[in-house]
Amino acid sequence: MLKISKQRKRWFAWLLLSGVYIVIMLLMQEKMLSRHAQSLLVPLCINIILALSLNIVVGMLGELSLGHAGFMSIGAYAGGVFSLQTQDYLPPLLRYPLAILLGALVAGVFAGVLSIPVFRLKGDYLAIVTLAFGEIIRSLIINFAWSGGAAGLKGTPRDTTFTTAYLLTVLVWMISQKIYGSRLGLEMRAVRDNAIAAEACGIDVMNRKRAGFIMAAAIAGTAGVLYSHYYTILTAGVFDYNRSIEILVMVVLGGMGSMFGSVVSAITLTIAPEALRFLNDYRMLIYSLLLITAMLARQSRIFDSLKQRLKEVKRPHGATE
Amino acid sequence: MSLAASLMNGLNLGAIYGLIALGYTMVYGIAKMLNFAHGDIIMTGALTIVISVHQFGISPWLSILLSIGVCVSLGVLIEKIAYKPLRKASSLSVLITAIGVSFLLQNTAQLLFGSSLRSFPKAFQIPTYGIGGFELKGDRLLTSLITALLMVGLVWIVYRSKVGLAMRAVAQDRDTAELMGIDANRVISMTFAIGSALASVAGLFYGIAYGFVGPYSGSMPGIKAFTAAVLGGIGSVPGAIVGGVLLGLIESFAKTYLSSELSDAIVFAVLIGILFLKPTGLMGQEIREKV
Amino acid sequence: MHFKQKWVFVLSLLLVFVMVTGCNQQPVAKAPVEEVVLKIGGSGPLTGSAASYGTSVKQGAELAVDELNNNGGVAGMKFELLFEDDAADPAMAVNAYARLVDQGMNVSMGTVTSGAGMAMTEEVKKDGFLMLTPSASQKEITRYPNSFRVCFTDPDQGTYAADFIKTNDLATKVAILYDKSSDYSTGIRDAFVAQASVVDLNVVEEQAFTDQSNTDFSVQIQAVEQSGADLLFLPIYYEEAAMILKQSTNLDVVYFGVDGMDGVIGQMGSEYAALTEGVMLLTPFAADSKDEKTVHFVEAYVERFESTPDQFAADAYDVVYTIAAAVEKAGVTSPKDKDFNEKMIAAMTQIEVEGVTGTMTWSEDGEPAKSATAVVIKNGKYVAFER
Repeated sequence: MLKISKQRKRWFAWLLLSGVYIVIMLLMQEKMLSRHAQSLLVPLCINIILALSLNIVVGMLGELSLGHAGFMSIGAYAGGVFSLQTQDYLPPLLRYPLAILLGALVAGVFAGVLSIPVFRLKGDYLAIVTLAFGEIIRSLIINFAWSGGAAGLKGTPRDTTFTTAYLLTVLVWMISQKIYGSRLGLEMRAVRDNAIAAEACGIDVMNRKRAGFIMAAAIAGTAGVLYSHYYTILTAGVFDYNRSIEILVMVVLGGMGSMFGSVVSAITLTIAPEALRFLNDYRMLIYSLLLITAMLARQSRIFDSLKQRLKEVKRPHGATE
Repeated sequence: MSLAASLMNGLNLGAIYGLIALGYTMVYGIAKMLNFAHGDIIMTGALTIVISVHQFGISPWLSILLSIGVCVSLGVLIEKIAYKPLRKASSLSVLITAIGVSFLLQNTAQLLFGSSLRSFPKAFQIPTYGIGGFELKGDRLLTSLITALLMVGLVWIVYRSKVGLAMRAVAQDRDTAELMGIDANRVISMTFAIGSALASVAGLFYGIAYGFVGPYSGSMPGIKAFTAAVLGGIGSVPGAIVGGVLLGLIESFAKTYLSSELSDAIVFAVLIGILFLKPTGLMGQEIREKV
Repeated sequence: MHFKQKWVFVLSLLLVFVMVTGCNQQPVAKAPVEEVVLKIGGSGPLTGSAASYGTSVKQGAELAVDELNNNGGVAGMKFELLFEDDAADPAMAVNAYARLVDQGMNVSMGTVTSGAGMAMTEEVKKDGFLMLTPSASQKEITRYPNSFRVCFTDPDQGTYAADFIKTNDLATKVAILYDKSSDYSTGIRDAFVAQASVVDLNVVEEQAFTDQSNTDFSVQIQAVEQSGADLLFLPIYYEEAAMILKQSTNLDVVYFGVDGMDGVIGQMGSEYAALTEGVMLLTPFAADSKDEKTVHFVEAYVERFESTPDQFAADAYDVVYTIAAAVEKAGVTSPKDKDFNEKMIAAMTQIEVEGVTGTMTWSEDGEPAKSATAVVIKNGKYVAFER
C-alpha cells in the first residue's frame, strides 16, 4: 500500500473537487452539455447534501428518520419567506447566504424541539414519530396562508446557481467529514453500536443523539433553501413521505455510515431516473426492491465476514489438529 | 354539531380503527416488530374483493374467503422472505425492510390495477339507519360486533390455548422459548398469518365504510392503526380496541371543534404527545431492559 | 463494501456520459422523415396519484396530432408529439422540459398541473417558445406574454359557478366542501365565495379536507346536513366527489361541481350510477354533447383508447388544433422560419378556434374567452341543463 501522507491526500482531494467543477463549467461554456444534463446539476447537489445529512442520523446514529423531507421543507420555507420579504432592500450577495443560514437555523430549532420527545423512544417508535412529524409539517404548510397554502410560495428570487450549489455541497462534505472524524462522531457511532455500553463509558447518549439529529436537520434545511431559490416555487406536496423515502434509499444503498457511499448513490439515484425515463412506471417499485435486497444482502455479508473471521481465528491454534 | 352527534361519529370511526389496530398490535406483541406493511395488506385484502367481484364475477362470500387466503399467504410469504432472514439484525434493518415491503405492495398494486380508486361492490352494502336525528351506520355496527368477537376469539387463543402459550413464551423471551422446545419460527409465521387474516377482515370493512379502494389506500390506515395501538398500549389486545375507539373520538372531536383540515395533524400530534408522556401506551407494560 | 462502491461509481459515470451525449427516445406520435416537422412538447403526470390526468392529456393530444397528420398535415408540416412524465413535481417538470428542448421541441404544451408548471414557465420564457397549456389553471401560469391556456382559470370557474347558481335560482342556502390541499380547489372556492357575496348568494357552511384525510367525510357531511343547505358546491375532482356521493346518501342536496367533476360517472361505476342522478356541473366539455365536433372526438377517442375522454383529454385535443390554427394564421411553413416563435405568439391573439371545449379566442394575457355549459346527470349521462 502506498504510503500517502495526509497532506498529500488533502491536496489531491482539493484538486479533484476543483477539477470536477472546472470540467463541468467548461462543458457548459462550450455548450457540450445537453440541456437535460444541465437541468440536473443543481438537483444533484441538493440530493448529495440531503443524503449526507440523513446519513448522520441513519448511518452514524443508527436511527431511522422518516420525516427528513420535513426539515428540508422547513428550511425551504424559512429561507424563501425571508428572501421574499427582504428582496427589495437586501442585495443578493448578502441576502442569499443569510437565507441559507436562516433555513439551517429554523430547521435545527424544529429538530431540537422534536428531539425532546423523540429520543425517549426506541427504534420503531422513533421512526413513526418522525413520520408523524413530517406529516404534521406538511399539514401546517397546506393550511396556513403565510406559506401560500395549497398554491404554494411563489416568486422566490432565483439565487441558486450551479456554482453556489456546488460550493455548498463541498462545504457540507467537509463538515460531514469533520463530524465523522471528530470525537463527536466517534461517540455517535458508539451510541449506534451499543447504547448501553456507550452510556457505561460515560457518553451522554441523549445529548449525542440530539446533536446528530439537529445537525442533520440543519443541513437538510440548507438543501431546502437551495431548492426554493432554484425552482422559485414551493408547494407542500414536494416534501412528502415519498421524498423522505427516496433520500433513505440513497443512504441505504450507499452503505449506511459511509459518506462517500452516500455521495455516489445520491449521484446515481439522481441521474438514473432521468437517464432511464422509460422505466418511470417502475421507479418506485425498483426502489422498494432495492431497499429490501440491500438489507438482505447486508445481513448475509455480515454473517459471511463473521464466519471468515472465526475460521481465521481457529487456524493458528490448529497446529495440534 | 351536537356533542352527541360528534360522539356517535367518533365511535363510527373508532370501530374501524380498532379492527385495524388488532392485527397490528398482535404482530408487534409477539414478533416484536412493527409491520409497516400491515396497512398495505389491508389494502390488498380490499382490492382482492373488488377485483374478484367486479372483474371475475366471483360471489361476495367467496371473495371474502379468497381475500383472507390471499392476505394470509402474502403475510406468511413476506415474513419468510423479508423478515425472517433479518431476525438477528438491528431493528433499523428490519424497519427499512418493512418500509421496502410496504412500498413494494403499493407499487405492485398500482402497476397491476392502476392508481385510481375503485368502487367497492354494492353487494356488501349495509344500510344506514336514521334514528332520532342520528345516523346509525349499519356497517359500523357490524364492524364493532365483528371486532368484539374477534377480540374475544383472539384473547381466548392467546391466553387459553396451547398455541397462545407458545406465542406468549416467544413474546417474552424467544431464545429461552426455543430452548424449551418451542419452534419459534412456526409460532411467528402463525402470528403473521393471524395478523394478516385480521387485516383482510379490516380491509373488507374499510371498503364498506368508505366505498372506494386504491393502491395507496393502506398507508393512512396503517399509521392510524399504529397510533391506535400505541394509544391503547402496544402488544395489548384489549388495548387495541380501547386505542381505536379513543383515536376515533379524538379525530371526531378535532374535526368538529377544531378544524377538519388539521385533524390529521392533530391526531399525529396526539401520537407524539402520548409517546412522550407514556411511551408504553395506556394499557401497556413497562419494559425493563437488561444488559 | 469498497469494491461495490467502485462499481457504483463507474456505473454512475457511465450514466453521466449517457446523459451528456443525449439519449434519444422515440417520440409519441411520429411523422415520416423527409417532411418538415413541427414538434409539440408537453409534460404531465404519467406516474403517481395524478397519473390519470397526464395520461388523458397525452392521449387527447395524440389523437389530434394523428388526425391532423392523416389529413395532410398543417401548412405543409407534419406534427409530432413529444410527451414526458413529470409526476406533477416541479423539479421533474423542469427536467422534462430540458429533455424536450434537447429533443428539438418547437412549441410547448406546458404542464398538466399548475404546481409543476410554475417553475418551468420561467424556462419557457427564457427560451421564448409559444406555450399553450391544456389544463394548468392557476392564474400565474400565463403571466408571461408567451404563455396561453385552453382551460378556465380557477378564479373564473368559481365566479361563473356563483353567478350561475344565483341567476338560475338553484338554491337559497349553499354549502361548500373543498380540498384545502389543492390549489385548483382553493382557487375556485376563493373566487366563488367572493362572487357569492357580490351577487348575494347565501353561503351557510364551508367544510374542507386535505389529501391526507380524503377518505372519511362523515364529519363534514354531517355539518353540511345540520346547516340546512340545499346545494352543495364541490369544486373538487371526481375521485373525491364519488366518495362523497357514496358517503352522503342521506343528504338531501343538489350537488354542484365544476370541470373537475367530469368523470364522476365513470368513477361511480354502473352499480352506483343512481347516486349520480341529478348531479350538476358547469363544464366546457361534456362527452354526451350532441354537437358534431364532440361526437366525432368522443367516438374516435373511445375507439382508440377504449375509455370515455374526460376534460383533460378534450383540453389537450383543443391545444393541438389551436396550435394548428396559429400556424395557419402566422403563415409559417417551417419551425426554422425566421421569427417563428414571435409569429406564433402574435397569431394566438388573432385566431378563433372552435374546439370541443367551446369556441375560443385569446387575449394578450393568455386567457381564453369561452363559455361553459351546465349539464345535469340523468340516467348516467350528461344532459344539457334546462331551467
